[in-house]
Amino acid sequence: MIRVVLPQHLRTLARIDGEVTLDPVSPATIDSVLDSLEVRYPTLRGTIRDHVTKRRRPFIRFFACEQDLSHLSADAPLPDTVVGGTEPLLIVGAMAGG
Amino acid sequence: MKSEAAPSNKGAFHEHNSSPGWNKERGVHLTADGKQKRWKIDGPHFGGWEVYHLKGSPVDPDRIYASQTSSWFGQVIQRSDDGGNTWNPPGTKPEDLMGPDGMPKAESNMFLYDSSTETGQPLTTHQHYDGSQRPWEFKRVWHLEPSLTDPDTVYAGVEDAAIFKSTDGGKSWNELAGLRNAKGHLWQPGAGGMCLHTILLNTGQPDRMFVAISAAGSFRSDDAGQTWWPTNKGLLSKYELPDPDAEVGHCVHCITMHPSRPEVLFMQKHWDVLRSDNGGESWQEISGNLPSDFGFPIAVHAHEPNTVYVVPIKSDSEHYPPDGKLRVYRSTVGGHEWEALTRGLPQQDCYVNVLRDAMAVDQLDPCGVYFGTTGGQVYGSANSGDSWTPIVRDLPAVLSVEVQTLP
Repeated sequence: MIRVVLPQHLRTLARIDGEVTLDPVSPATIDSVLDSLEVRYPTLRGTIRDHVTKRRRPFIRFFACEQDLSHLSADAPLPDTVVGGTEPLLIVGAMAGG
Repeated sequence: MKSEAAPSNKGAFHEHNSSPGWNKERGVHLTADGKQKRWKIDGPHFGGWEVYHLKGSPVDPDRIYASQTSSWFGQVIQRSDDGGNTWNPPGTKPEDLMGPDGMPKAESNMFLYDSSTETGQPLTTHQHYDGSQRPWEFKRVWHLEPSLTDPDTVYAGVEDAAIFKSTDGGKSWNELAGLRNAKGHLWQPGAGGMCLHTILLNTGQPDRMFVAISAAGSFRSDDAGQTWWPTNKGLLSKYELPDPDAEVGHCVHCITMHPSRPEVLFMQKHWDVLRSDNGGESWQEISGNLPSDFGFPIAVHAHEPNTVYVVPIKSDSEHYPPDGKLRVYRSTVGGHEWEALTRGLPQQDCYVNVLRDAMAVDQLDPCGVYFGTTGGQVYGSANSGDSWTPIVRDLPAVLSVEVQTLP
């Protein structure tokens, strides 16, 4: 079970209250988590990654275990503590603006 | 946002003239009684997102489309089927378009340029600010134009400039790619991006459409959007283009028409206000005595096809009214002769802009005229512009003002 925390704007858009828990296909990766997330919440398609290329939108970041996972390969395995649900995967709107 | 100055904006306005008590909306909405005097302000909705445009279907006023966009999270299309009481991105419910996995396809925010051999055009490049060539890349929806006859059909004008059509209520979109064949390689972005911001439909000739693009010009189709050609003869851009009367490349800010007289078009260009009497085949300048002929919106009175409104702005580098006086200018003779409308508007120290989709008229008699500013004010006139009243003053910059006149 993987815990995912979404930015407030996307929680509002998808009408999500609090964390999302997902059980993506193994091995758990950024891509498999997002696949699972988008199946459950179709409204989020295109808001975190491109519909077709699946590339992360430029101002989206993936944090976990106090590390920035944004530049990992999307099919790289997630840390064990994320896969085990001890730590959440944070999907974050990048700091930008004033 | 609709300004080429690209200010930071959050929110949108959508004005309804309706019976008293009509409320519970989910956009940033203003509602009024039939005399345009008692206004109810509702919202904000889609908080934290930029709402570039929203517009109701002329044949089903309960059907409203909204373009919600964000630099972080991209494009979202919202649709209301109950006059703004509730909103949903179309195509995200279980009963909507299903993908092979049995889940909603959720393609309402998927705008893919059509480069197919059957219906598309090669996805080539367009000019960039520095004269280099850049590939087409979707960024956002600037304008939504619902069909005049079918509430499920709606057109979207997007950046990078293209027109898309949905026939399923916004669940999926297909590009009318023939437009890019109208010398698209010579188009270039205005300061706000290379956006298709104006779509004009015509009840009398349903296959005829006009669009306008910054900075490419105006274009016409007579076959429902399959093929297009530039309609810029008579436009002169002395300081913006090396060839001032080039066939394309002009920074058209807005065009409009009166539905009863679709051959007559009015245009606010980067500089110059113009008129065409032959469906865009040629244009003549009608700036006349305007204090500045730079501006963004242009609107036509609901019942007087020769009465036109513009809001002069000082210059392309100074996006505020001349002399710090917010003045709407009205011509009742189709141009050349303009009168300043100032009653109720600030006449000193006013340095706001009025963006291209932020002016609209209602269908009442006398005609109501409305506009929003980058300073967050929305002004309304219940007497065709003779006098103005602020409806709301302290909002973020206003990108879009649309009016529905409800029975």
